Amino acid sequence: MILSLTGVGKAYETGGTRVEVLRGVDLSVGPGETVALTGESGSGKSTLLHLCAGLDRADSGRIEVAGQDLTDAPDPRLAALRRQTVGLVFQQFNLIPSLDVAANLAFQARLAGRHDPDWIAALASRLGLSALMSRYPEQLSGGQQQRVAIGRALAIRPALLLADEPTGNLDEATGDAVMDLMLELVSEAGAGLLMVTHSPRLAARLGRRVHLAGGRLAA
Amino acid sequence: MIRTAFTALLSHWRRHPLQLAGLFLGLALATALWSGVQAINAEARQSYDRAAAVLSQDRLESLSKRDGQNFDQQVFLDLRRAGWLVSPVLEGRWSHRGVPVRILGVDPFTLPAGSLPDAVTGQDRTAEFFSDQGLAFAAPQTVEELSRIGAEGLPPLAAAEGMAPGILFVDIGVAQRLLRAEGQITRLLVAPDQPLRQRPLAEVAPTLARQTPVEQADMGALTGSFHLNLTAFGFLSFAVGLFIVHSAIGLAFEQRRPIFRTLRALGLPLRTLVGLLAAEIMGFALVAGIVGIALGYVIAAGLLPNVAATLRGLYGATVSGSLSLRPEWALAGLGMALAGAGAAAAQSLWRLARMPVLAPAQPRAWTRASARSLGWQTGLAGLLALIALAAALWGEGLVGGFVLLGALLLAAALVLPGALAIALALGERLSKGVIARWFWADTRQQLPGLSLALMALLLALSANIGVGTMVSSFRLAFTAWLDQRLPSELYVTARTEDEARRLADWLAPRTDALLPIWKIDGTILGRPGEVYGVADHRTYPDHWPMLLGDKTVWQVLARGEGAIVNEQLWRRAGLHLGDPVPLPGGASRPLVGVYADYGNTRGQVIIGVADLVALYPDIDRLRYAIRTDPAKVPALRDAIEDAFRLPQDNMISQQEVKTISLMVFERTFAVTAALNVLTMGVAGFAMFMSLLTLSTMRLPQLAPVWALGLTRGRLARLELLRALLLAALTMVLAVPVGLLLAWVLLAVINVEAFGWRLPMHLFPRDWLWLGALALAAAALAAAWPAWRLSRLAPVHLLKVFADER
Repeated sequence: MILSLTGVGKAYETGGTRVEVLRGVDLSVGPGETVALTGESGSGKSTLLHLCAGLDRADSGRIEVAGQDLTDAPDPRLAALRRQTVGLVFQQFNLIPSLDVAANLAFQARLAGRHDPDWIAALASRLGLSALMSRYPEQLSGGQQQRVAIGRALAIRPALLLADEPTGNLDEATGDAVMDLMLELVSEAGAGLLMVTHSPRLAARLGRRVHLAGGRLAA
Repeated sequence: MIRTAFTALLSHWRRHPLQLAGLFLGLALATALWSGVQAINAEARQSYDRAAAVLSQDRLESLSKRDGQNFDQQVFLDLRRAGWLVSPVLEGRWSHRGVPVRILGVDPFTLPAGSLPDAVTGQDRTAEFFSDQGLAFAAPQTVEELSRIGAEGLPPLAAAEGMAPGILFVDIGVAQRLLRAEGQITRLLVAPDQPLRQRPLAEVAPTLARQTPVEQADMGALTGSFHLNLTAFGFLSFAVGLFIVHSAIGLAFEQRRPIFRTLRALGLPLRTLVGLLAAEIMGFALVAGIVGIALGYVIAAGLLPNVAATLRGLYGATVSGSLSLRPEWALAGLGMALAGAGAAAAQSLWRLARMPVLAPAQPRAWTRASARSLGWQTGLAGLLALIALAAALWGEGLVGGFVLLGALLLAAALVLPGALAIALALGERLSKGVIARWFWADTRQQLPGLSLALMALLLALSANIGVGTMVSSFRLAFTAWLDQRLPSELYVTARTEDEARRLADWLAPRTDALLPIWKIDGTILGRPGEVYGVADHRTYPDHWPMLLGDKTVWQVLARGEGAIVNEQLWRRAGLHLGDPVPLPGGASRPLVGVYADYGNTRGQVIIGVADLVALYPDIDRLRYAIRTDPAKVPALRDAIEDAFRLPQDNMISQQEVKTISLMVFERTFAVTAALNVLTMGVAGFAMFMSLLTLSTMRLPQLAPVWALGLTRGRLARLELLRALLLAALTMVLAVPVGLLLAWVLLAVINVEAFGWRLPMHLFPRDWLWLGALALAAAALAAAWPAWRLSRLAPVHLLKVFADER
């Protein structure tokens, strides 16, 4: 398994009240497997995704990514895991505004010390970004920015791709196009994909769908 | 990894060059003002050290008369015969065309080994030095100055590198001739190794006393307060500059929050991120610091001639008028730049180090008002106000004064955002019309983003009001005091005792009164001072302002039954009326009065002239003040010149003395005035940078108002009005803070630093002028951002709505 969650729990304090967002979540994603994570707003989808990426820590349970236990891993190890193994795609793109498209695409790969110019060029071509390489994020449309974000995540050939509403900011046609590309590339790379989405239509395009409600997962 | 992350962080600056310029300029200007002041101080200290090291005064003991007067060289011969290894020195002032030099006459045969300056021993001109004509060694700039004025009567001059400026080093015979002191010496240098057997000093030369090296080299201590004042103003300018740096760094950190979040999400460890940002700041500080030091050199070189003239006029200290690059202040300036940048960045780095990786990516702290931080700031301001109060009540010395000053200014700066918020809320409540209400509310919302620049403006304005009030009050008191203190119309100095006697006889029937100005120099209550004798004449009770004692004190002095002292000696020694005032040589007189003596840093005692002559029979009786009809002064000067061939340099009219005194006064404050102007400039720049950066972040707030029907031109005018309003409100608070500052300067710092306290006067017209200047600075600072807004393409405003989608 590339991702394995066993009995994962997470709670937050909000206005003096303890809210249990996740209650003993079990989930596994294998290599090449695509999983859609659905649920209502505030159900804890993004929280679960953040825990899988090592951006946050679970209160209970066990999370393993590519065989590494994240439970008590120190921050530098979590950072190394994100750098080397996990590709992240955010709803808000989170590109670096002061770097051009070329630098943004290669950014994580350079951080990981795995910069492969041929692979980046190929990705850029597949994502339709070749003509935009010297532009800055503010000069791109939302769909173009999201394609850069996906390219950045795939540039390290991640074992696991985590995507949080990757088409949430895009119109339907652009969102579909971005989705096609992402699934195609994930399939070619043999990476596992866990994608948070609100859209039943998009969820249906993935191999498996899990629904989060009341802090628990249901198939 | 590090290179990639660093490139991403640095790329921010490429996209925000103005912010980078603000950071660089802020740091460079702060460093420049600080290191400029330090460069001046270092140059002065070097000059004092050189002067103190002349003839090894800083390490050799000497023998001199208790009353500081010259004595017969026979004493030297007597001591040598009695087994004392001593060497004679004759010292005195010689001036030509207003350029004074200190003549140092030595006997090279008996000088203790190693006491001749290297610059002199290094030159093989011994034969010329001993020749009848002689040879005078001096610092190159002194040689140049004397050559320029064509100093007649001096031996040939030889430039000697490393010598203190303003000193002529000659053979003692030449010095006796130049100073008209045949057979006289000032002191005897005592060689460190003395024979085991020698007759006691009290037996051979009972009138001489031993002086330790510390007692002789006191120029550094005497001028310490002047340099401390200068340092304080340098530090104030540095602090104002740091506001810009803090503001620029804080803004850059807030704007880069999304990048930080992304970098961490993509796997950059927190420690590495903090380390990279710290390295980035230190790198900037290093480059800006070097630029600042270069700028500081230029500022110091520009100010130094004025400072040198001030130190010469005020303390008689000779300081080189040209500047050299010294590693001590250059390195200290660089250190300050690094420490200042570190301090300015510390808060941002600390926040980043504690920021969770999932913290909101939107810039918030910088742009959004936080009631909690306002409360925290106001609390800190209260604490600082208490510290200031404690320093005012119980603080001692100059350090106490500066703690009071620092705490007061910081408290005022911290309380400013809260006070402005209250004023703006009140404006909002009183306003009518939707646009006016929006304007007040929106201005309040901009406060956190502008507060640092406004604090810098407040500091600059308060310093201007405070220092301006102090200087103007001082000027009023000083000119009034000069008018009273200098009643005599002409002052004349004879060249010899015989000439003085003949001159007095000649003048007596031709003038209303002839008042001797005779004095001795000596140690009074542990510090160098002077004792004057005054004649029994109505001039004194009619004109001399007394701080303590009444007009009858002059009769007491005439009877030889008391002494009056100047304010600085009275304050320093904590004397009370009736206390004995010890005089050089062992006598003492009861204190009967205290008089103001502005501009003099030395302790001064006045006794009756008959009393003075009785106590010090060998006193020089060369100088007289002449009372006559002012209209007759030019004719009288010419007549004296004709009758006695007395050079014009030996006569000075009342008006000339006043002009010189006022010139010294103006020069004394020329440096602080220059620093004031520079500080105002830095504050104006801080405001410009803040408004400029805010303007780029304000589009989300302005776009809806624009969409609802306000034109870009009107929005721009409102932006301009906002800057003017905030500057005006800041000025309103700056007036009481500045007046408090003036009070501290007049009643605490001046008393501690110089020994005199001055009455405080108010100058509202100056405040109006300063207020207009502040408004002009704010209008200038806001002009460009407002102009840019008025020209902003609608597409940029529409993008705000697109982004919100």
